[in-house]
Amino acid sequence: MSTATAGPGRVGWALADSWTMTRRELAHWARQPVQVVVGLVFPVMLLLMFNYLVGGGSGVDGDNTEFLVPGMLALTMAFGLEGTMLAVTQDLDKGVIDRFRSMPMVSGAVLVGRSAADMLQSVAALAVMTGVGYALGWRWHNGTAAALSALGLLLLLRFAMLWAGIQLAMVAGRPEMVQTVQILVWPVGFLSNVFASPESMPGWLGAVVEWNPMSATATAVRGLFGNPGGPSGSWAAEHAGLLAVLWPLALIAVFFPLAVRRFARLSR
Amino acid sequence: MDTVSDAIVVEGVHKRYGEKRALDGLDLAVRRGTVHGVLGPNGAGKTTAVRVLATLLRHDGGRAEVAGFDVRSEAAEVRRRIGLLGQHAAVDEELGGRQNLEMFGRLHHLGARRAGLRADELLERFGLAGTGRKAVRQYSGGMRRRLDLAASLITDPEVLFLDEPTTGLDPRGRTEVWNAVRSLAAGGTTVLLTTQYLEEADQLADRITVIDDGRAVAEGTADRLKAMVGGDRIDVVVRDTDRLREAAALLGEGATVDVDRRLIGAPAPDRMQALTRTVRALEDAGIEAEDIAVRRPTLDEVFLALTGAGSGAHAPMDAEAAA
Repeated sequence: MSTATAGPGRVGWALADSWTMTRRELAHWARQPVQVVVGLVFPVMLLLMFNYLVGGGSGVDGDNTEFLVPGMLALTMAFGLEGTMLAVTQDLDKGVIDRFRSMPMVSGAVLVGRSAADMLQSVAALAVMTGVGYALGWRWHNGTAAALSALGLLLLLRFAMLWAGIQLAMVAGRPEMVQTVQILVWPVGFLSNVFASPESMPGWLGAVVEWNPMSATATAVRGLFGNPGGPSGSWAAEHAGLLAVLWPLALIAVFFPLAVRRFARLSR
Repeated sequence: MDTVSDAIVVEGVHKRYGEKRALDGLDLAVRRGTVHGVLGPNGAGKTTAVRVLATLLRHDGGRAEVAGFDVRSEAAEVRRRIGLLGQHAAVDEELGGRQNLEMFGRLHHLGARRAGLRADELLERFGLAGTGRKAVRQYSGGMRRRLDLAASLITDPEVLFLDEPTTGLDPRGRTEVWNAVRSLAAGGTTVLLTTQYLEEADQLADRITVIDDGRAVAEGTADRLKAMVGGDRIDVVVRDTDRLREAAALLGEGATVDVDRRLIGAPAPDRMQALTRTVRALEDAGIEAEDIAVRRPTLDEVFLALTGAGSGAHAPMDAEAAA
């Protein structure tokens, strides 16, 4: 059977193949609704826990919930790295990637499908989190445009974490290795201003925390929402908006080419 | 080599991983429409060879062509004409059988409608029609392998690669896969089959290449390979372990001794004469035999003789002569 001699051309097939790979991920969700719900509930649980159990210790003036919600949104985006890693290592482990690579499809579609699905999942996570935040009394005060820009910054961070996740997954190779990365991801996640203001920390720690890419996003987003803990104080905090764009772009500039190259080199 | 009638041409192909030479000048020619077995011990380079030919791995040197196209410079053309069944099921475990086949059909650029039709057709053909909606995770080993095979056949490939297709399957699953391979071969598909099971190569392959250390060490039909280790053999099971050596001496040159099984083997080119001679000699010496039989050599013996794998008590002594 000769196929694909005529048709939409290389770009067309790239799009078609990417869509097929995205559909594959959506089909996974339809098959495992429980897993999807758990993935969405977990950050909500963290939010509730920190709001009610640990609340009030953040060292910021103003409403603690209003401080916490944007931080938790940034944390959720950053922790998306684990989900991406796990999915990619599982694929590599199972040999289904070999089948994809032995077929006449555009091989990059595998990565595009992964990123499209992860970004969709993140949009869903943001919707659920902001909904729960709203119920807890969190509000955005600077209008829709600013609020949408904030969500844009959050998704930009997620996109950077996505490519970091793909690259780390290919380096790590096996699903068991994800646990090791988790151990490293959590301290990085918590060494940020998500739960507490850096001003309440010892000087050196405060500096580390302020330069954490996640802190930049959290601070910028707080500013855009008009929540407490927005850009003020140190240089890093003053320029959080700029850093919240530059950090993810820098991460993408590093990890996107590495991941694409590594994927192409699976044949070495 | 004849590129017109050969579906697979491999000439002096090299592939190294750091210091290790996985393929060290491999030569292989597979005629169109035949089943070709590649036999070799673990680490001989079987899987590396399949991965090179299926465009999953780039070789360092030498010529490798599949269906008339170079696997490195014309990989896209090769991919349109091959199917691959790897060692591990290369299907999406979370999806249903039909979802898998439809997805692979789309990725083969059949278009949505034809991909769906093809999926149904293949499910029917491999006896999976009733289970197309079930997640592959819940399939039995044999079912999964059949789905995997169906996925390899989406576009009726000219050349099908089967890398140890029955490893880990129960006897029933193995028979299912064997039958599928036979019917494909009958339909004119060229099949390259790697295996560690000599019986599998014996059953399925028209020709066999034995490889070891990344090189072809022998090539031919199963019968020809068997003839290479020196024709018929006689086996004697001796009752008394203490008299094994003595009995072996009676059987003459080239006798092998397997102490655990109390088994002595020896070449028996003259078959019946060898049998009578042996019975008489044992009787004269007063050595009691539990079993005496003359038989054709097994492919196992060919394999051991050619590759030296597991050489020890079980290896025939005429290995050097055969190699």
